[in-house]
Amino acid sequence: MTTTDLHLRALAATRWRVALALTAVMVIVYFGFVALIAFDKPLLALHLTPGLTLGILLGVLVIVASWLLTWVYVRWANTRYDPELHRLRK
Amino acid sequence: MLLLLQAPAAAATQIGEPNRVAMVFFFIFIASTLGITWWAARRTRTTEHFYAAGRVIGPRQNGFALAGDYMSAASFLGIAGLVSTSGFDGLIYSTGWLVGWPVVLFLIAEPLRNLGRYTFADVVATRLQQAPVRLAAALGTLATVTFYLIAQMVGAGGLIRLMFGIRYEIAIAIVGVAMIAYVLFGGMIATTWVQIVKAVLLLGGAAILAVLVLAQFGMNPARLFAAAAAKFGDGVLAPGKLVSKPLDTISLGLALMFGTAGLPHILMRFYTVPDAVAARRSVFWATGLIGAFYLMTFVLGFGAMVLVGPDVIKSVEPGGNMAAPLLAEHLGGTPFLGFIAAVAFATILAVVAGLTLSGAAALSHDLWVSVVRKGHASPEEQLKVARIATVLLGIVAVLLGISFQGQNVAFMVGLAFAIAASANFPALVLSMFWRRCSTAGAVASMLTGTVSTLLLIYLSPTVQVDILKHSAAWFPLKNPALVTIPLSFAVGVFVSLAFPEPQAAKDYAYVERRMVLGAVEE
Repeated sequence: MTTTDLHLRALAATRWRVALALTAVMVIVYFGFVALIAFDKPLLALHLTPGLTLGILLGVLVIVASWLLTWVYVRWANTRYDPELHRLRK
Repeated sequence: MLLLLQAPAAAATQIGEPNRVAMVFFFIFIASTLGITWWAARRTRTTEHFYAAGRVIGPRQNGFALAGDYMSAASFLGIAGLVSTSGFDGLIYSTGWLVGWPVVLFLIAEPLRNLGRYTFADVVATRLQQAPVRLAAALGTLATVTFYLIAQMVGAGGLIRLMFGIRYEIAIAIVGVAMIAYVLFGGMIATTWVQIVKAVLLLGGAAILAVLVLAQFGMNPARLFAAAAAKFGDGVLAPGKLVSKPLDTISLGLALMFGTAGLPHILMRFYTVPDAVAARRSVFWATGLIGAFYLMTFVLGFGAMVLVGPDVIKSVEPGGNMAAPLLAEHLGGTPFLGFIAAVAFATILAVVAGLTLSGAAALSHDLWVSVVRKGHASPEEQLKVARIATVLLGIVAVLLGISFQGQNVAFMVGLAFAIAASANFPALVLSMFWRRCSTAGAVASMLTGTVSTLLLIYLSPTVQVDILKHSAAWFPLKNPALVTIPLSFAVGVFVSLAFPEPQAAKDYAYVERRMVLGAVEE
C-alpha cells in the first residue's frame, strides 16, 4: 500500500466522519421535532405571536435546518475535500 | 362570483366540468413534452443514453429533475388537502418529506455515483455475486415501483376525471400512453427534461398561488395562521388527532427519512450527471427546491382552509385532495383552476415516467442482462430489452390503475417508502460501508426488508381496519418502518457473519478506493 493509498483512505475516513456527524444532527433535529409532537403537544401549541405557534415555527426551522446542513456539507466538500482529493489524484 | 348565483356553495366550482383552459394548458404540455421526446429520441442510441442521459446532465438541471421526480401529486394535492382539513398535523408531512434529502446527500449520492452505472443494484453487487444480489435488488425495486405506480395511477385517474370530466379508464389510458411514449422513445433524456418542465411548472404554480394567498393577509403568514385560528379554533395550529399515537408518527418519520435514500427512480438520477461533484451539487439544488415547495404548502393549506373552508373542500372530494385546485379557482377563477389542474396532471405524468424508467432498468439491466445473460448481451440487445420492459411495465401500470379504481390506495405511497427504506437502504449502506458484508447477508437483508414490510402492512390497521373493515389488527403500527428497518439491518449483519465471504471482504479495498475516486473506465 503506497502513501497515496493511505492518504486516500484517511481522506475517505474524514468524509465519513463528517457525513455521519451531519446525518446524526439531521436525525436529532427531525426526530426531536417528531418527539415533541408525540409527547408534548401543549408546548407546541404555545403562541409566540398571534397566529404563530411554536409548532409551526419549529416545522419551518426543520426545513431551514435541512437547507443549512446540506449547505454546510457542500461547502466543506467543495473547499476541503475536493482540493485534497485533487491533490492525491495526481 | 356569478357562480354563486347559479349553484349552492358546495357546488360553486367548475371542478368536474370540462375546463377549456385546463385542456389548452394540458395540450400545450403534452405537445411540448412530446416535442422534447422527439428531440431526445434522436439522441438515444445506447443504454448509456437510455438509462443515464449520456451522463451529461448538469447539476442544476439534475436538481430540478430530482425535485420533479420527487414532488408527486401526493405532496402537492395531498399535503395541501391535509393541512386545509387538519391544520398543523398536515405540516408533519411537509417536513417529513424533506428530511430524507440531506441523508441522501451525506451518505448516498457521491459513493453511488462513483460505484454504479445505472441502478442501485450495481452498487450492492460491486464485489458480491451478481445473480443473487441483482435478483433480490430487482425484487425490492419492482415492489417499490409497483406500489408507487398504483398510488399515482389511481390518483391520476380520479384527478383527471374530477378535473376534466372524462372517464376514469380513458384518463388512465392517456397517462399510460404518454408515459410510455416519453420513456420508450426518449429514455432518460426525455424523462429528465419532462421532470424539469414539470418542476418549473409546479414550483411556479405553487408560488403564484402562495403569493395570491399572502396578498390577502398583508404578505404576513402569521396573519393567515391567526385567521385560521380565529375561524376554526387554536387547535388547527397545534398537533391534533391525526398524531394521537406517538409510535405511528415516529415509524412514518423513519420511512420518509430513509425511504428517500432507497427510492430507485431517485437513485437512478445520480447516474445522469458527469461525476460525484455534480451529484453532490444536484442534491443541494434539489433540497433547496423541495424545501421551498414544502414551505409553500404551509401557506397553500392554511389559505385553502381560511378562504375555501374545510367543509366545501370535503364536499368536492372527501379526501381533501381538491384543496389546492379549489383555492386556485377562488383566487384566480376558472382560468387559474385550469392552469393548476394541468400542472397537477403534468406532475403525475412526470412521476410515473420516472418510475417506469427505473422499473425498466431493474427488469432489463439487472434481471435480463446480468442474471439471464450473465452480462453478455450486445448493446443493441440491451437497448431492445429495455424498451420491451418499458412497454410491459406501462401496460401493467395501466391495468393496475384500472383494477384498483375507487380503492383507498393512499397508504401505498407510505408502503413504497417503507419498502425502499427497509429493502434497499440497509443493503446499500451495508455493502458500501461494511467490509464483511457478504452476498448471503445482502440478499437476506433485501428479501427480509421486502417480505416483512409487505407482511406487516397487510397485518396493520391500514389494511385490516381501514380496508378490510376488521375491528382490530394483529400488528399495531400503520407504517412498519420502525420494525422493518432495524430488522433488515440486523438480518444483513447476522447472515453476513454466519456466512462470511472472504473474497468479498478482500475486494472491499477496491470498493473503498472506487467510492472516493470513481470509475476510471466509463
